[in-house]
Amino acid sequence: MSILVDKETRLIVQGFTGQEGSFHGEQMIRYGTQVVAGVTPGKGGDNHLRTPVFDTVKDAKNDTAANASVIFVPPAYAADAIMEAVAAEIELVICITEGIPTKDMVAVNHNLKGSKTRLIGPNCPGVISPGKCKIGIMPGFIHVPGNIGIISRSGTLTYEAVYQISNNGMGQSTSIGIGGDPINGTNFVDALTLFAQDDETHGIVMIGEIGGSAEEDAAQWVIENNFDKPIVAFIAGRTAPPGRRMGHAGAIIDGGQGTAEDKMQALNAANITVVDNPADIGLTMKKLIEV
Amino acid sequence: MKIHEYQGKAILKEYGVAVPDGYPALSVKEALQAYEKLGGEIAVVKAQIHAGGRGKGGGVKIAKNRDEFEKYANDILGMNLITHQTGPEGKEVQRLLIEQGIDIARELYAGLVLDREKRKYAFMVSTKGGTEIEKVAAETPDKIVKEWIDPSIGLQEIQLQNLVNALGLQGDQAKNGINILKALWEVFIAKDCSLIEINPLVVTKADQVIALDAKVNFDDNGLFRHKDLMDLRDISEEDPAEVEASKYNLNYIKLDGNVGCMVNGAGLAMATMDIIKLYGGEPANFLDVGGVANAETVANGFKIILSDPNVKSIVINIFGGIVRGDRVAQGVIDAMETISVNVPVIVRLEGTNAKQAAELLNNSSLDFIVATSFADAAQKAVEAAKEIQQ
Repeated sequence: MSILVDKETRLIVQGFTGQEGSFHGEQMIRYGTQVVAGVTPGKGGDNHLRTPVFDTVKDAKNDTAANASVIFVPPAYAADAIMEAVAAEIELVICITEGIPTKDMVAVNHNLKGSKTRLIGPNCPGVISPGKCKIGIMPGFIHVPGNIGIISRSGTLTYEAVYQISNNGMGQSTSIGIGGDPINGTNFVDALTLFAQDDETHGIVMIGEIGGSAEEDAAQWVIENNFDKPIVAFIAGRTAPPGRRMGHAGAIIDGGQGTAEDKMQALNAANITVVDNPADIGLTMKKLIEV
Repeated sequence: MKIHEYQGKAILKEYGVAVPDGYPALSVKEALQAYEKLGGEIAVVKAQIHAGGRGKGGGVKIAKNRDEFEKYANDILGMNLITHQTGPEGKEVQRLLIEQGIDIARELYAGLVLDREKRKYAFMVSTKGGTEIEKVAAETPDKIVKEWIDPSIGLQEIQLQNLVNALGLQGDQAKNGINILKALWEVFIAKDCSLIEINPLVVTKADQVIALDAKVNFDDNGLFRHKDLMDLRDISEEDPAEVEASKYNLNYIKLDGNVGCMVNGAGLAMATMDIIKLYGGEPANFLDVGGVANAETVANGFKIILSDPNVKSIVINIFGGIVRGDRVAQGVIDAMETISVNVPVIVRLEGTNAKQAAELLNNSSLDFIVATSFADAAQKAVEAAKEIQQ
C-alpha cells in the first residue's frame, strides 16, 4: 500500500501550459502518473501533452473525474488556485509554488476547514508513492518501492534521505514534502496519522528544520498515541544563526523559539531516534528496521 | 524586510496611530533644522538602525536644550552602536530621528505577529513596556495578554476591549487605546506585515496613548504587491555580500567560519552547514543556489563566497534532481575557468547523471577534490580548511 497517492489517482495540473507545468507535467506522465487534465484559464478546449486543457478546475473535474490536483502557478495567483480546487472539492491538492504571501496562506487555511480537501505544501517538492504515482518535482529514479514513509519540510534534503534509504536496500511507501513555509496544509502529525494506518509502512523518516513547533507537536503526538513504528529524525539548522530566515520562509529561530536543540530534545523524549549526522539517516533506519 | 523606526512611524501615522512629532535627519545640520521645526526646548535624538536595544547602547538621548541637543546629535550620528542585536561588531549610525519630548505616565507594550501553530494572528499586550518582551515572556509570562485573531472575522470589538482592559486603560485612555490598537491591526493586514511591535506604547500625563517606538517588519513574499514599501529598504543595514547575492537571486547568509558552502536547496544547505560543524569545522555561510545550478549561478556563488576572506575551502554539494549532474559539473568547470578560485574546492554531485558528472570533474585539468558521499565531502572540506589555516 501507500498513502495519499497511488495508481488510481487521477491528476489535474493547474498552470499546465506554463513552463514549469509543462516540464513537470511531462515528467509525471512519463513516470506513469495518470495526468487526466490540465487547467489554464483561457485555454480551455486545447490539448497539451496529449491531455485536454480546461478553463477551470470544476470543468476539468466534471469531465475527467479527477481527484487530485497539483499547482504550478506563480505566487501571486497560487492561493486563488488552491481555493479554486477546494471549491471544486478536489480531495488532494498539492501546491509546489514557493513565495506565496503568508497572509494569503492564512486565508487559505481557514478556507480549508470543513472542506473536502487535503492540502500538501505549499513550497514543497510534492508526494510520491514509488512505482505508482509521482505528483511534484522530485526525481523519480532515486525512489524504490518499499516500506519506509518519509515526511519532510525540505526539497533536496528529502531526496538525500530517499537516496540513503534506497542505497541501504530499503524503499519508500510514500514520500511527502510538507513544505518549507510557516503555514502549510499538512503537517507532521497529519502525515504520521496517515502512515499509522498504512500496514506497508514499517518505519518513518522525519526531516524537520528550525522554526515553528511542528516537530514538537509530532513528538507529543507519538507519545499520546503510543505510536510504535520506528522513526528516524533529522533536524536541519543546528548551526543557523537566530533571527535569520534560512532560505525557507518558515525556517527561522524567532525570539529564541524554534531551535534545533529544542526540537531534538522533544523528539528524543518521545523515543524517536534523532540523528546528528544527516549522512546517517539511511543506515540508522536500516538498523532500526532489522532489529 | 525590516525598515527604520521613522519609516514605520510614518506608515502608522497614515493609519491614525498617534506618534510623537518628529523628523528624520541624515546630518547634524538637518538635525538642528528638525529641532527648530519642533520648536520646544526638550528633544529626543534617536539612532536609526535595524536593531533593537538602541537606548541601552547609548543610541537614544533626551536633550534638555539646544546645546545639549547639538552635542547628542554629533555624538550619535556616525557612532558605532553596539546592542544585543547588532552583535559585538556593532552598526554605524547613518540616520537619526529627531522627536519632541513626551511626558510619560506609563510604559506599555503592544505587538502583532502570526501564530504559526494556531494559524491565526496574535495581538499581544503587556503592562511591562519599555523592557525586552522576550525577557518578560520568559520571566513573567502572565504579564503578557494575548488575543488571537481569526483572519476570516478580523479583530473584534470585544477583543479590543479585552486588550485595553489588560493594559489598565480607562476613560479617555481606553478610547485612545482602542483607536491605536485598531489602527495597528489595519496596518498589519494592509501592508502584509510579519511583525508590528510598539515598545513602549506610552500613556502621557494628558491621557494620550502614543507609539513612542515602532518596529514594523514585512513578509518578503508579500512585497510584490507593495512597490512603495520596497523603496524603504536601506541596503546599508544589510551585509554587502548578502546584498550582492540577492542581485543574482542567490540566497546567501554570511557566517563566521572558514568552510564555504554552495548547495542546492535550503534544507540541504542547512544540513551541509550542520555536518561541517559535526566534523569539527565551522561553516562560512549558508548559500542556496536554487534549482538551476549552471555555470553562471555557480560562478556568482564563487564570487560571493570568496568575497569573505575567512574562507579557506569550499564544498559544493548538489543533489541533482531535475537538474542533471553532468550539467552542474560542466557549470562548475566553466565557472572555475573564468574565476580564479584560490582555495581547495570539494565537489559532491549526487542524483541524476552523477557518474558522468564525476567523470567530467576527474578528467578536467582543474584541481578538484571529488567527494564520494555527503559525509566524505564535509570531512574533506574541513580537513582542507584546517591545513590551509595552519
